[in-house]
Amino acid sequence: MRTDTIVAPPPSRGRMWLMALLPLALLALLLAAILWRGPADMLRGEDYPPVERLTFQRMELGPEGIVATVMNDGPDAVKIAQVQVDEAYWSFTSDGGTDLRHLGRTKLTIPYPWVQGDTHVVRIVTSTGATFEHEIAVAVATPQPNARALGLFTLMGIYVGVLPVAIGLLWFPLVAQLGRRGLEFLLALTVGLLLFLLVDATGEGLQIAGRAPESFQGAVLFAFGALGAYLWLESLGAWLRARRQKAQETSGDGRVLALLVAVGIGLHNFGEGLAIGAAFALGEAALGVLLIVGFTLHNTTEGLAIVAPLGRDRVGTGELARLGLIGGVPTIGGAWLGGLVYSPVWSVLFLGIGAGAIAQVVLQITKQMSRDQPVIRSLASGHVMAGLAAGFVVMYATGMLIG
Amino acid sequence: MRVPDLTRRSWIQTAVTAVAGTVAAVAGAQDTNPRQRESFGHTTHAMGPVGRTDKSIFDPSAYLRAWNFSNLPASERSRFYRETRRPDGSLLREYELYAVDREIEIVPGVYFPAWTYNGQVPGPTIRATEGDRVRVNFTNQGSHPHSIHFHGWHPPEMDGSMPAQQVLPGERFVYEFDAEPYGLHLYHCHTAPLKRHIHKGLYGVFLVDPREARPAADELVMVMNGFDTNFDADNEVYAVNSIASFYMHEPVVVDVGRLVRIYLVNLTEFDPINSFHLHGMFFDVFRTGTRGMTEEHTDTLMLCQGERAILETRFRYPGDFMFHAHQSEFAELGWMGLFRARTAQS
Repeated sequence: MRTDTIVAPPPSRGRMWLMALLPLALLALLLAAILWRGPADMLRGEDYPPVERLTFQRMELGPEGIVATVMNDGPDAVKIAQVQVDEAYWSFTSDGGTDLRHLGRTKLTIPYPWVQGDTHVVRIVTSTGATFEHEIAVAVATPQPNARALGLFTLMGIYVGVLPVAIGLLWFPLVAQLGRRGLEFLLALTVGLLLFLLVDATGEGLQIAGRAPESFQGAVLFAFGALGAYLWLESLGAWLRARRQKAQETSGDGRVLALLVAVGIGLHNFGEGLAIGAAFALGEAALGVLLIVGFTLHNTTEGLAIVAPLGRDRVGTGELARLGLIGGVPTIGGAWLGGLVYSPVWSVLFLGIGAGAIAQVVLQITKQMSRDQPVIRSLASGHVMAGLAAGFVVMYATGMLIG
Repeated sequence: MRVPDLTRRSWIQTAVTAVAGTVAAVAGAQDTNPRQRESFGHTTHAMGPVGRTDKSIFDPSAYLRAWNFSNLPASERSRFYRETRRPDGSLLREYELYAVDREIEIVPGVYFPAWTYNGQVPGPTIRATEGDRVRVNFTNQGSHPHSIHFHGWHPPEMDGSMPAQQVLPGERFVYEFDAEPYGLHLYHCHTAPLKRHIHKGLYGVFLVDPREARPAADELVMVMNGFDTNFDADNEVYAVNSIASFYMHEPVVVDVGRLVRIYLVNLTEFDPINSFHLHGMFFDVFRTGTRGMTEEHTDTLMLCQGERAILETRFRYPGDFMFHAHQSEFAELGWMGLFRARTAQS
């Protein structure tokens, strides 16, 4: 049998482009055909009612009344006809018009005499009589994006992120005195804390994803953020270790791990800052205060989580401070973003990033703890289990304050 | 009406309301000067729906004083209403009514997919004198079976309520009975599901005058109604004569000192009761209008679903007199209006 194979000459550049673009061109034609005389119209018939969906993106309370930013995230156009506040028709003006196309957005100013501390329900009635409502749980004036507000959010970030983490770092001298079992207990405690944060951030992220406009596909965004952060931290860890090996430093692993934990916690705290800032943005400032108290207590434990992997490594004050800042300062940025330009989409994305980072750190720490043993055996020993449980209990108890 | 559910949030809210004041101070609420806040809080023109409805389709001002199609030009009126003198001096009154699906604008910009009699909600007012013969030729041009169920004396086969008495789309039925007893009555569709057929708009006023006419007066027909625009068995819009807050912009003009007679019918669905409250004045109440004597002199009257009353008053002062449901929720959702009383000079 002859096995002549004719090796085709490599196609020209032009042909390559054609091969890449032809399916895209056909796809564009298909889309045009669907839009022009689509099967969707045949399915829906003539009198089929439109699918209307409006999402409230931002609520501001001020001397001019209630200002609501609303987006149409449904497939069809929506015409806003009237606004009710607490079951009363109220006048309003709009700066983006009242006819919203898919993903169109408008800002409604409603001169309603809202009452400090009360609950208000804003409800939009569309031209078809469909209604969409948003509840302001506790009405408090919304901070305006000025120097004062920035200062306020910075202060909040410091309260919630920087100071508690710094206080937690003060356990370092104690950590340095601990024996092997004591250190393992502490690492297990850290894993417990982080696992709690992981579950919490996942729950919170998916919950917000459910509330966010459907077009943004919150759950996918969350997963993407988580996976991205996980892989990024993984490669960061590998790079740090490689660098240390090159520099022939001996006391490598603990410090790399501490840095990774700090980065992971920093990313997570960015998400927390967003949540606090957003609570203010959505007209729930009073809830925000409770959040601040809760997070402050909660986050002190994060400082401990950062120093635990250091063990008996000799670390200077400067490096400790740097770790603390990496873990704490992102809270400020998060509070700014959440408070001034809040959108649930950001929350979902950053909670996802935080969750991915934490997952990576948890795996790193358990790997370090178990050294050459199988992970499950090292986890099953008494003091480690006690540490895990203690971490969870601490978080659970302080978490109750956040509600 | 909306029942707030007790969520975890509402508990937190109770807990933190106390600290809210302090928080507001921190959050920069000092910018919100309480006096400044008051200034927007009392701009009453901020209250109520925005914009105006299209009056060329349905004009509540015309509806107030129209019966037996008196709002139509003579040539057109004869297509819907004819009267023939009978040997005993009474009249045979013939009406053309048809049921038709139609979108109606009930608050500016909000279109409700209504079922109507003759394209309007409430349907045309039918007015006869005690002892007259009423003949209603009814055609169903709608998409569902309908009927007309009149309140008043009539034999069971004219009741329009039994399954066999439903008029299918495209079909026709003639309701015929004597106009009795005198009083203020109503008519509505009695096809199941009843609630839906009524709240979508199939109702109107059926007025029977006593043989001995009531004293001359400025007569006004008012139907208290509501619309469930999002179909959650709760009204988003309340009104008198269908259009929210209409008479706030176009007051009902009356003369000071002249007898004003209001034919008030409650056809609100979902809420068991509705009410009528007049500012600065009192009125005599003739419940169902079936007796010549007044039982009540009041400024607030409560009526159950389907209940009605005749109210009589004379405005003592010139100027604007507000009237509305005394359920504040209904008032703020559109059931609110003004009388504008004028003297000969004004």
